[in-house]
Amino acid sequence: MAAQASTAAPRRGLDQRSRFAQIADPAFRNTLTVVAALILVIIAFFFIFLIAKARPALAHQGVLSFIFTNDWNPGAQIYGAWPLVAGSLITAATALVIGVPIALAAALYIGELAPRRVAAPLAMLVDLLAAVPSVVYGLWGIFVLIPALRPIEQWFSDTFSFLPFVGGNVAGPNYFIAGLILAIMIMPIVSAISRDVIATVPRDHKEAALALGATRWEMLRIAVLPYSRAGIVGASMLGLGRAIGETIAVTLVIGNASVVGSSIFDQGYTLAAVVANEFGEAAADDLHTGALIAAGLVLFVLTLVINGAARALVNRAERKQLTVSAPEPAAAASAAVGA
Amino acid sequence: MSIETLPRIAARRRRTDQIMRGLVGLGTLIALVPLVLVIYYLLKRGLGAWSADFFTTDPTGNFIGDQGGIKSALLGTIEIVLLASALAIPIGVSVALYLVEFGKRSRFAATVRYFVDVMTGVPSIVFGLFIYVTLVLNGWLGSSFAGWKGAVALGLLMLPVVTRAAEVALVLVPQSLREAALALGVPRYRVVLRVVLPTALPGILTGALLAVARAAGETAPLLFTATIVKDTSFNLNGPMNSLPVQIFNDLQQPSDALVNRAWGAALTLVAMILITSLLARLVAKRSAIR
Repeated sequence: MAAQASTAAPRRGLDQRSRFAQIADPAFRNTLTVVAALILVIIAFFFIFLIAKARPALAHQGVLSFIFTNDWNPGAQIYGAWPLVAGSLITAATALVIGVPIALAAALYIGELAPRRVAAPLAMLVDLLAAVPSVVYGLWGIFVLIPALRPIEQWFSDTFSFLPFVGGNVAGPNYFIAGLILAIMIMPIVSAISRDVIATVPRDHKEAALALGATRWEMLRIAVLPYSRAGIVGASMLGLGRAIGETIAVTLVIGNASVVGSSIFDQGYTLAAVVANEFGEAAADDLHTGALIAAGLVLFVLTLVINGAARALVNRAERKQLTVSAPEPAAAASAAVGA
Repeated sequence: MSIETLPRIAARRRRTDQIMRGLVGLGTLIALVPLVLVIYYLLKRGLGAWSADFFTTDPTGNFIGDQGGIKSALLGTIEIVLLASALAIPIGVSVALYLVEFGKRSRFAATVRYFVDVMTGVPSIVFGLFIYVTLVLNGWLGSSFAGWKGAVALGLLMLPVVTRAAEVALVLVPQSLREAALALGVPRYRVVLRVVLPTALPGILTGALLAVARAAGETAPLLFTATIVKDTSFNLNGPMNSLPVQIFNDLQQPSDALVNRAWGAALTLVAMILITSLLARLVAKRSAIR
């Protein structure tokens, strides 16, 4: 009787799982899948809402005319965003020209040349630049950088006035200052990702170059740089995306004049800056609000395209290492940190 | 019998090497100049503004006379960032869990991963604009501007950072741990919750703290979601002050005292962010020893 009772108790074989697990396992999996799908839903929502709200303004002005008309005049209900688009492009280009070589130099030095003891603290210091908030760079730009650089800019403008886009009176806040601040702001991310990409260059390649009698620089030039070129281009493009989308620091140092300046020392405006500045006064005016949202939409699409391409380049560069050598988790981790 | 020495490297090549190495080193130094300058001026101008009153009084809004401190901004930033973390961290970790434990190399997982990457690059002002359009303009739940709406904008900003960091941390959990637990007959969900997640916790925490550090300094998304007020507020469904917006507002005023307050607030904000980042590094170092 006792034996029967024990066999009657619910027992399961090794191939059976508890009833709770049978329900809980798929439920757990499905919940996580739904949450993951949320990311896609959010991005889709972004598009739909921004497009819906920008439509009145885009219909009023015409999409191409919105982007390419050189006349931003909310008072007259004319929304030609070319001064803003041009400003975004000019400042971002300035930032890349100044920032990328320096970021790359820092990445090469930290990754390949610096003694091990120095490399880690140096990397940390460069990363610290990313910890300074945009508004603090703006504050510093207005009260320190602009007054300090103005005489130098004026001298440069007078001396090299034969160059294109140089010359005339230097405005305090201008494209160049905005580009310079942006260069500082994109440096840490460009440097960190370049560093990760450079770290994926196989040791064999570098040692082969050195064994053939290459100097350190020649080793960098023939083994490291060609191998990591795509990744470095990707890193720079991520920097470009950052520079185009950066708002607060730029608003504070670009002058917010909705014209296309003829010199890089002229005042200007950017897409992001106009949104930050005008949304308050636009709240009562649907058309104006719509135009600002359209500016945001252009910004969104621009960064989406740039970042999409950049990510593809960087991911491919970092994946290449998987087939060559064992993956280095540190590289992936610091990539996440850099982002 | 003597060992043949290698021929010396040609002088031209040696010179190029020295010059280029010098330039690379110089570039690294130049990269650090702005950091030194920013920190120098923050300390120089910011420390002067600090006082006990600075942290314990709200802005008065007076243009002359006593202009008050940054209490409401400080508390507002903490409230908004805490709520943003409460939103972004669970969702981000869940997405990462899906990607590592279930999605793996499937096409859907690859798509999600790609869009998480893309989201990292979306400008913060676009997140703000999105929340402005969806939640603020139509005055959702009573108040048009609200602290929680700012938190949602910051949460969106943090989400991809948390997800990426958590994914990296989860990938690093040894496969043998999962297999051991599964072999003991532990159901999948328990393996994930009781074995994988605790093992990856330090890495996830590091990522979360870095996301917090990034979100705390953002101005643009808060500017038109939480906006700016004078008084300390614990009502998340009402407008709320924050340090970045307060700085942005003060530094544009033609008043030396307000600009000073901006420097003091900026130093406070940077100090908060640095402490959070250092904490993140400390956790990361701890977990690296394992």
